Amino acid sequence: MSPHWQVWRPHITMAASILHRLAGLAIYFGMLILVGWIFALHAGAETFASYAGALHTPLGLIVLFLITLALLFHLANGVRHLAWDIGFGFAPKTADATAWSAFAFAAIVDLAFWFALAAGGRL
Amino acid sequence: MSDLTTPLRRARGLGSAKHGVGHFIGQRVSAVALLLLAPWALWSAYHLAGRGYEGARAWLAAPVNASLLILLVLAGFYHGQLGIRVIVEDYVARRGSRNVLLILNVFVAAAAATLAVVCILGVSFGGGSV
Repeated sequence: MSPHWQVWRPHITMAASILHRLAGLAIYFGMLILVGWIFALHAGAETFASYAGALHTPLGLIVLFLITLALLFHLANGVRHLAWDIGFGFAPKTADATAWSAFAFAAIVDLAFWFALAAGGRL
Repeated sequence: MSDLTTPLRRARGLGSAKHGVGHFIGQRVSAVALLLLAPWALWSAYHLAGRGYEGARAWLAAPVNASLLILLVLAGFYHGQLGIRVIVEDYVARRGSRNVLLILNVFVAAAAATLAVVCILGVSFGGGSV
């Protein structure tokens, strides 16, 4: 079995790589939720109210919180990928630092976004 | 002399078809587009939250919002479809199920994006049940 788990130490760039894909899938799911929202908006006030109501349940809000978290991480980590594509950021220390930055960016901005929503009475 | 095939004839068709980078370029170009559109979407979501049905319809009635939302949906599903394609190609080894999933992937993205665009244009032109 490769890589050999007994001698394998998980590292932050690996986590960023794996979570980039998982986040992409989560955002795709979020896009489908967005299409549903657009469809409900076109369908009329009643459909929209029940759709928005479903999103406003605790489960719906948790899903939306995680999807915005995935979006922010994928966005920040995507910048890392674009930088690599033009030849920057390959040094191990740089790659580690930018991976941590992507995680930190996603966590901080997502918390700030939802805190602002809650504080503004928009939830 | 049993084989009269020239080396050139044997080599033809085995190399690059010269459009292998299409996926790579498309993924990056849509990534750059989404780098601009996604922050706008989050900003819009923040302003739309709590504004209800009327607020959302008024927001989408603005041509700039409708246009940017259409661009977001198109770039998003194009980018997502390319990404899921890679995941399917990496993890689904059986050729039959892989091809079915790849086709399904294109269909789902195309159907969702089309439905969204039609509904956006409908609301934008004042259609749908108000």
